[in-house]
Amino acid sequence: MFRKRPEGSAATVWVTVEGREVQVPAGASAAAALLLAGLAATRETAVSGAARGPYCLMGVCFECLAEIDGVPNCQSCMVTIGPGMAIRRQHGKRIATPQ
Amino acid sequence: MQRIDAIVIGGGLVGSAIAYGLARAGLKTALIDEGDVAFRASRGNFGLVWVQSKGLGAPHYQRWTRRSAEEWPKLAAELVAGTGIDPALEQPGGVHLCLSDQELDERRARMEQMRAEAGNFGFDYRMLGPSELKDMLPRLGPAVVGASWTPYDGHANSLYLLHALHNGFVQRGGVYIPNRTIDYAAAQPNDFRLGSGADEVAAPKIVLAAGLGNAKLAPLFGLRAPVRPQRGQILVTERAGRVFDMPTTTVRQTVEGGIMIGDSMEDVGFDTSQRPDVMAAMAERAVLSFPWLAELQVVRAWAALRVMPPDGTPIYDESEQFPGAFTANCHSGVTLAGAHANVFAAMVAAGALAPEMVPFSARRFDVPQAA
Ligand SMILES: Cc1cc2nc3c(=O)[nH]c(=O)nc-3n(C[C@H](O)[C@H](O)[C@H](O)COP(=O)(O)OP(=O)(O)OC[C@H]3O[C@@H](n4cnc5c(N)ncnc54)[C@H](O)[C@@H]3O)c2cc1C
Ligand code: FES
Repeated sequence: MFRKRPEGSAATVWVTVEGREVQVPAGASAAAALLLAGLAATRETAVSGAARGPYCLMGVCFECLAEIDGVPNCQSCMVTIGPGMAIRRQHGKRIATPQ
Repeated sequence: MQRIDAIVIGGGLVGSAIAYGLARAGLKTALIDEGDVAFRASRGNFGLVWVQSKGLGAPHYQRWTRRSAEEWPKLAAELVAGTGIDPALEQPGGVHLCLSDQELDERRARMEQMRAEAGNFGFDYRMLGPSELKDMLPRLGPAVVGASWTPYDGHANSLYLLHALHNGFVQRGGVYIPNRTIDYAAAQPNDFRLGSGADEVAAPKIVLAAGLGNAKLAPLFGLRAPVRPQRGQILVTERAGRVFDMPTTTVRQTVEGGIMIGDSMEDVGFDTSQRPDVMAAMAERAVLSFPWLAELQVVRAWAALRVMPPDGTPIYDESEQFPGAFTANCHSGVTLAGAHANVFAAMVAAGALAPEMVPFSARRFDVPQAA
């Protein structure tokens, strides 16, 4: 259940945030990558479009929604990064794609 | 002691709609609610303003539902104008999807009977095949063999409706008294008193709209309300851009974008726990209907208790023993909000239910004594 907090470790894993390469510690969350990339706001809300960013960092508030490897509306604080992971901001509502 | 014109017990959708209507009619009204400890269907429902399946074998109920759907746009417009809170009413018609030939045959028979019972009022419906449904709904699964459609159905945001009714009620001079459980009242004809001392409230009219609480309250006023709980579970997906505005009986997309999947019917008593097997069955049927739903994540789920009369038809009554006391109970308080605010409340304000309400009396449950 308990994991080592990753902040102390060196940033060794490359991911992309909004297409830009960022190096983050192994075991960090995708939300940490968004913050390390220096984004002040990481999404716009689905109804009013207000700017938001990761908040509780423990899976409760849903403020950290991001598109991860093409999947929209992921709770980025609950996803552990891996090499080459592509993380993007969540712009408002996702598309449901019913062709 | 405070003397007012009317007391409404129960601040859910039924009580709030009636209290709003009474306040609008100029009656000084108090709305009393038990609070968060109560079972409150009004905070856990599916939000349909639904006509096409209501009142089979009970034409008075079919008409009452139609009437309510007609009153709804007036009520919604008035609430938006008066409170700024929009209950998000949309009435584009509605669809009931059938996933087997047997379901389709049963549905067709039901709709035919509804039309026959509608008589002079007419009942516009059509049975649709997959090709016609294509124009109304986004990419249906091959399991969908057909559907029934009527132009009368719609949906709304029932939480905003409740909020707007409360707001409008207070704005029109109503007094909302929360966190108060009524378990005793002094009842005399046209003289009802609750509480004691400085807290005492007296009024010549009282409306019992306490949902499941009515079963215990009604006998204090010479009335009966034999309602029982029926559990329903609901799933809600993440918000997605608007894909469809046509509601179906069990899948609809809200104006905010979330897709609601509902709702089970379980007779389990006063139990609001959730059941994974029931949720899985609901999700499975939803995905059979709309395969693309499988891509969306479910972000919320809950269970709530419907207020169910023995025969599923609403109960509206007035006390013979204590004139001035009324009951109102139904399992479709969203749908019937228009009739409650605009029609039922006017009857209470006038002091008596109209003759068309007689078939809704709980006296229909009185079994004749064996000789
Ligand atoms: C899962 C589910 C889905 C539904 N879907 C729909 C739908 O799509 N369309 C539709 O039209 N309807 C739907 N309904 C039904 C609808 O929600 C109910 O008909 C409606 O909310 C009933 O309102 P009510 O005010 O009678 O009851 P409640 O909401 O239960 O309110 C009763 C109130 O009375 C108060 N109370 C109880 N006892 C006392 C007491 N002794 N003293 C003081 N106060 C008391 C409680 O605090 C409570 O707030 C659904 C219900 C459920 C459960
Ligand atoms: S930051 Fe709160 S859920 Fe991710």
